[in-house]
Amino acid sequence: MSVIRKQLTVKNRQGLHARPAALFVQVANKFDSRITVKRDEEEVNGKSIMGILMLGAEKDSIIIIEAEGDDAHLAVQELEKIVTSEEDR
Amino acid sequence: MNQIKGIAAASGISIGIAYKVGKEEFIIPREAISDQEIAVQIQLFEEALIKTRREIIELQKRIGAEMGQEEAQIFDAHLLVLEDRMLIEEVISRLKKDKLNVAFIFQEVLKKYVSVFAKIEDEYLKERIADINDVGKRILRNLLGKERKGLGDLKERVIVVAHDLSPSDTAAMHKNNVAGFVTDIGGKTSHTAIMAKSLEIPAVVGAEDATLKINQGDMLIVDGTLGIIIVNPDEATLESYHGEEIKLKGVTEKFLSAKDLPAVTLDGNKIEINANIEFPDEVPAVKLHGGEGIGLYRTEFFYMNRKDLPTEEDHYQAYKYVAEEMSPYPVIIRTLDLGGDKFLSQFEIPHEMHPFLGWRAIRFCLARPDIFKLQLRAILRASVHGNLRLMYPMISGIEELRQANKILEEAKNELRAKGILFDEDIQVGAMIEVPSAAMTADILAKEADFFSIGSNDLIQYALAVDRANEKVAYLYEPTHPAVLRLIKHIIDAAHNADINVGMCGEMAGEPGLALILLGLGLDEFSMPPQVIPELKFLIRSVTLKEAQSIANEALEFSTGSKVEEFAQAKLREILK
Repeated sequence: MSVIRKQLTVKNRQGLHARPAALFVQVANKFDSRITVKRDEEEVNGKSIMGILMLGAEKDSIIIIEAEGDDAHLAVQELEKIVTSEEDR
Repeated sequence: MNQIKGIAAASGISIGIAYKVGKEEFIIPREAISDQEIAVQIQLFEEALIKTRREIIELQKRIGAEMGQEEAQIFDAHLLVLEDRMLIEEVISRLKKDKLNVAFIFQEVLKKYVSVFAKIEDEYLKERIADINDVGKRILRNLLGKERKGLGDLKERVIVVAHDLSPSDTAAMHKNNVAGFVTDIGGKTSHTAIMAKSLEIPAVVGAEDATLKINQGDMLIVDGTLGIIIVNPDEATLESYHGEEIKLKGVTEKFLSAKDLPAVTLDGNKIEINANIEFPDEVPAVKLHGGEGIGLYRTEFFYMNRKDLPTEEDHYQAYKYVAEEMSPYPVIIRTLDLGGDKFLSQFEIPHEMHPFLGWRAIRFCLARPDIFKLQLRAILRASVHGNLRLMYPMISGIEELRQANKILEEAKNELRAKGILFDEDIQVGAMIEVPSAAMTADILAKEADFFSIGSNDLIQYALAVDRANEKVAYLYEPTHPAVLRLIKHIIDAAHNADINVGMCGEMAGEPGLALILLGLGLDEFSMPPQVIPELKFLIRSVTLKEAQSIANEALEFSTGSKVEEFAQAKLREILK
């Protein structure tokens, strides 16, 4: 069991909205780890589309992803790809 | 007579009687519950969620088969909301804390989210509010044991007028009883507009106060092409629109009349008209639209939405199903086309500066023969169940084709050693989508059984333009003389070597361009199923000779826009 925490800058043009948000939640749900995402004071469940959308993370905003569980490392690695990708998928 | 202006969402004209659909409101009493009842309420909630999930998945399947996968994917967003952990956890924790009936609590929680989202200035989030409300209503209905008064069982053919229509509402509509629809809100890219387009129901959305200006039973003209609604039109207007309506209807019917007829030119040349698919459950839509085969079966979906890799059996079962369903018609399977804009989480793909020029498609497969050979074995095994062919994406030269064929040979030998039967004569093609392959098509043609031109990539590479980049997207021109010359070169090289050439890019489904492609000698056209009737009609309306002279003339122009203009003019002449 490990806890991985990583601070990231949202690079996607659309921010963590639209497709990137849906993709983020889909990928987060593949992992067993508990995943939370923080932005400023707000902290939400990373497996919840409502939560991610409520963060309203625009491009260039700074968020912290935290994963807790056996697959925490891989989870953060995969989620980082989505957050920092500049391309729309 | 009164005219209302809105946004043109789905083209066409329809005339009919207004049928106003009110908002579905639930009156939910606030009831205190005892500690003992908490468990019962939680169970009620879970049952409603399960039932809702089943409803959405069923709906999604039906839409997938009737309209296509893109429309069905709209409901993925609904499933995400339905399965949302934060929402579920919040309902349950408030249920325990407040000790109120679950329907009331659920509605409160839902309202809270909607009001938060409504404050954020974002087009996408506005659409999500519609999704959340749509799913929320389904859940509430199931919690309360109510049935939705469906738009599916209207007695007369009407024009539906509503403040907003959810995708669920739209999905329940049918062309037979809904002639058109009008909504107060919504935009061109809203889910409702997308669905109206595939249902081919004329629609105007975003017509601000339509529900206030239109009364139940009013006579309406919905002009989904111009985006206007005429309320209680006078005789003259009605007359002129009637004429338009009949003409438009005639065109659609004309196309549909050709869907089950063979695609043969007036001078007797048979052309293959196939469909592009991604999922096995799109096969019914292909047949429905008169597709004679599958010209492109994309296989990346096996890898989507899962942590592990698909097994040979997963591949085999899907291929077998499609082969059997389409038999005796051909099915061309494209081997894994990963990379570029298609990214799969199972593989460690290093970040690339230029993914479209990077480690993708056949390049990836040749580097990972384990994954590649597994897919090839599955295709080979399934080949005894129908008329399967396979093709490699992104071939850039003969060496890649040879290497891929070598791995295919190994796969065949493995099956032979085990005594497993497969089609020994399975046709193996190369996709031509890289300019180097186009230029060396004569060399490739000697060792390929057929070509399939991937026009989207070919254009992108030939014109050095990234279509997703809006600053340069205007340079993406299928009619650019360079593109036409490349295509001509590919087709001529293939025919010199006596092999067939198809095309599975968007270009093949564009009637004006298809006319030129036909004249250049393309043997097979593959496109989204919905376009098939029109293409068949077009091919049945022209002689090959005529198309050839159109193609020759098109090759003389010096700019893409001139070619486009010319092609559209010729098309109008032929379809007149």
